[in-house]
Amino acid sequence: MPDQLFGAMLQSIIDGAPDKAAELAQQALAEGVDPLEAVNRGFAVGIAFAGEQFGCGEMFLPDLLASAEAMKAAIKVLEPEMLKRGSRREALGKVVLGTARGDIHDIGKNLVATILAASGFQIFDLGTSVTPEQFVAKAKEVDADIVGVSALLTTTMAGQKAVIEALDRSGLRPRVKAIIGGAAVTSKWAAEIGADGYSRNAIDALELAKNLMGKGTALA
Amino acid sequence: MRPKIQLLSPDLIGRILSEAFELLMNPGVRVGSAVVELLRSVGVSVDGGVARIPERVVRQCLASAPRDFYLYNRQGEKAVHYGGDDVHFDPGSCCVQMLDPDTLEARQSETRDLVRIVQVTETLPQFAAQSTAVVCNDNAAPSAIGDLYRLFVVLQHSEKPVVTGSFSAAGLQGMIDLLAADSGSPDKLRQQPRAVFDVCPSPPLNWSEFGSHNLLDLARAGVPAEIVSMPLAGGTAPVTLAGSVTQHAAETLAGITLHQLAGPGSPIVWGGAPAIFDMRTGGAPMGAVETAMLNLACSEVGKHLGLPTHGYLVATDSKFVDAQAGAESARSAMLGALAGINMISGAGMLESLACFSVEKLVIDAESIASAQRLARGIEVRGDDVRGEEARGETLATAMFAQTGLSGEFLKLKETRALFRQEQYLPSPVIDRGGDRSARGSAPPADVFTRARTRVDELVSKYRKPSLPEDVLRKFQAIVDREAAREAGKAGVAAAPPGN
Repeated sequence: MPDQLFGAMLQSIIDGAPDKAAELAQQALAEGVDPLEAVNRGFAVGIAFAGEQFGCGEMFLPDLLASAEAMKAAIKVLEPEMLKRGSRREALGKVVLGTARGDIHDIGKNLVATILAASGFQIFDLGTSVTPEQFVAKAKEVDADIVGVSALLTTTMAGQKAVIEALDRSGLRPRVKAIIGGAAVTSKWAAEIGADGYSRNAIDALELAKNLMGKGTALA
Repeated sequence: MRPKIQLLSPDLIGRILSEAFELLMNPGVRVGSAVVELLRSVGVSVDGGVARIPERVVRQCLASAPRDFYLYNRQGEKAVHYGGDDVHFDPGSCCVQMLDPDTLEARQSETRDLVRIVQVTETLPQFAAQSTAVVCNDNAAPSAIGDLYRLFVVLQHSEKPVVTGSFSAAGLQGMIDLLAADSGSPDKLRQQPRAVFDVCPSPPLNWSEFGSHNLLDLARAGVPAEIVSMPLAGGTAPVTLAGSVTQHAAETLAGITLHQLAGPGSPIVWGGAPAIFDMRTGGAPMGAVETAMLNLACSEVGKHLGLPTHGYLVATDSKFVDAQAGAESARSAMLGALAGINMISGAGMLESLACFSVEKLVIDAESIASAQRLARGIEVRGDDVRGEEARGETLATAMFAQTGLSGEFLKLKETRALFRQEQYLPSPVIDRGGDRSARGSAPPADVFTRARTRVDELVSKYRKPSLPEDVLRKFQAIVDREAAREAGKAGVAAAPPGN
C-alpha cells in the first residue's frame, strides 16, 4: 500500500497538482505513514524527476513551477506532524536571496527561490533592489550558508560585485558562499567578481547550491 | 500599392484597447512618487503607489500627443520622420559585450567598440539613426554616468540622429544638456530635436520611480520620448500574444498620460520591445517569430491611435553570426518594414541582446535594404525617362516596341535609367555569382569573412565630423561636471572620462 501511495505522491508532483498532493499527504498522515518517508520516498522523488525532465527539455518552466507548488502544498500538510515527531526534514542549507541594487526584475530570483525551497533549502528572500548592506545583515542574522544575487540588467550587474565585496569585508566569506544569476550573467563575469558560482537557470542553481553545501546530487 | 502586413482586425484592436483601459482602472498602475501630485491634479486616485487612471484622462492625453514629428541631423536637416508608415532602422542599444571576430568569443565592450559601431553606422544609408549601442566598460567614469558618456562618444563621431536612453533619473539632465550644447540651446533642441530617449516601464504595469521621473523631465524639456514597454509573454505578461499586446497597450497608455500631463504636445513614441518568454531558459528570445508578431501587433495598436511607433527587431538569439542569425534578423526586418514601424531598433545584436557584432551590423544592413525594397512594392513607372509623352505608361509594350524579338533589353535607355530604382544593389557582403572553382582565383569566402572586409572598408571610408571647438569644450565640461557630481556622491576622486 505505501508503495502505491508513494507512487501517487510522485505523480502528483510531476502533474503539478497541489490539491492532489495535499490530499495524498493527508492520506499518508491518516494511514500513519512517517511524514519524512512520505517526503523522501514520494514527493521529493517527484521533484527530482521534474528537475531531470526539465534538464533534458521534456518539461518547461511552467511545469516546473507547478511541481514546486505541489511540493509546497504537500510539505505544508506534513510539516506539523514532522515537527511533532521531531523528524523535521533537515534543511539542505540556508539561502539568502535578492536582486541587485537598482534591479527590480525578480522573475529569475523567484524561480530559484521556489525550486530551492521545494528541494529542501530554507529561503530568506529579501526581494528586489537589495543593497549590499542588507545582504550582509541578513546573512549574519540567519547564519546563512549561501547568498544569491540576481541581476537582469547589464547595468545592475555591478551590484553583484558590490555584494561580494561587502561579504568579503564583513568576514563572512569564505564560509558563506556567494552565487549569482541573471540573463546577462556569464561564468566569466562570475569568475571576474570572485563569485563561488553562477547558474544559467533555476535547476542548475539547485545543483550549484547542493554542490556548495557538499550535498552532491542525492536528494532522496 | 505599398505592401502591408496586418495581424490585428479592427475588432480585435478595439477589444485590446478596451481591456487596456480596464487594466488602467483595475488593477491600476504602479507609479513613482514624482507623478502622484500631477495625477491627482486631474482627479486620478493614487493609493499606495497605485494609480487608477480613467479612460477620460487617457483620451485627453492622447489628444495632445503629436501624431508625428522629426528628428534632425547635426546640420539641422529633417532626417527621421516619426509618423505615418515611414520606416527607419537603428542599431540595437546598450549591449555589454562585443563579439571578437578573431576568437569568436564575447568580451566586454569598450569605447573603441562603440566608436567602430558609430563609424560603420554613419557610413551606411540603411541606418537613419545612431544608437548608444554598447556599454563602455573601459571608461573610468562612475558607472552612474555611463549613459551620458555613451552619448558623448556618439555625438563626437556622428551627425545622424540618435536613439538613446538614460538608466537613472539623475543622469538624464546631463544628457539633455549635452544635446542642447550640440544644438546650440535648449530651445533649439526643443525645436529641432536630434535624439529620442527610450523610457521603460517595468512589466507588469509599473512606472518605476526613475521611469516616471524620466518621462516628466523629457516632457518638460520637449525632447522626444520613446516608451519601450517590454512584456514577456508568459513570464511578466499574459502568455497569449493578444494578452501581452493588451498589457503593452495599458503600460504605454499610462506612460503617455504621465508624459502629456507634464508636457502637453511634447513628442512621444508608441514604442516597445515585447517578446515571448522562453519556457526552457527563462530568457527573452528576440529572434522568435512570435516576438516579431508581438512587435507588429503592438505597433498596429499605436498606429490605430494615430501615434508614431517603434519596435525591437532585426536581432537574433544565436551566439554567432551564422545562418540562424541571418534567418531571424532578415525575417523580422522584412516584417517590421511591411508593418510600417517608424523606428526599428536591434540590428547588430546577438545572443538575445547580450552581445553586439559589428560584422552582423553590416550583414543586417543588407537585410534591411532588402526589406526597404520590399516595402516599396512593385511600382508602375512610365517611360518618362525618354521625355516622350507619347509612349504613355505601358508596362512592357513600349520597350518591346524598341527591341522586337531581339531580346536586347540591356541596351535600352530605360534599363540604364531604371535599374537602380528597380533593384537594390547589394554590397559585396552578399554573394552573387562568381565561380567557386575558377582557376587562379581566391577560394570563395563565407559571409562572415566578407562582412569583416566590409567593416574595415567602411571604417576607412568614414570621416569624423569636425565639431566646433566651443561645442567640444561644452561637451567635456558637462561630462566633467556630472562625473564630479557622481564621484562626490560616492566619495571618491573624480576621474574625468577621456575620449
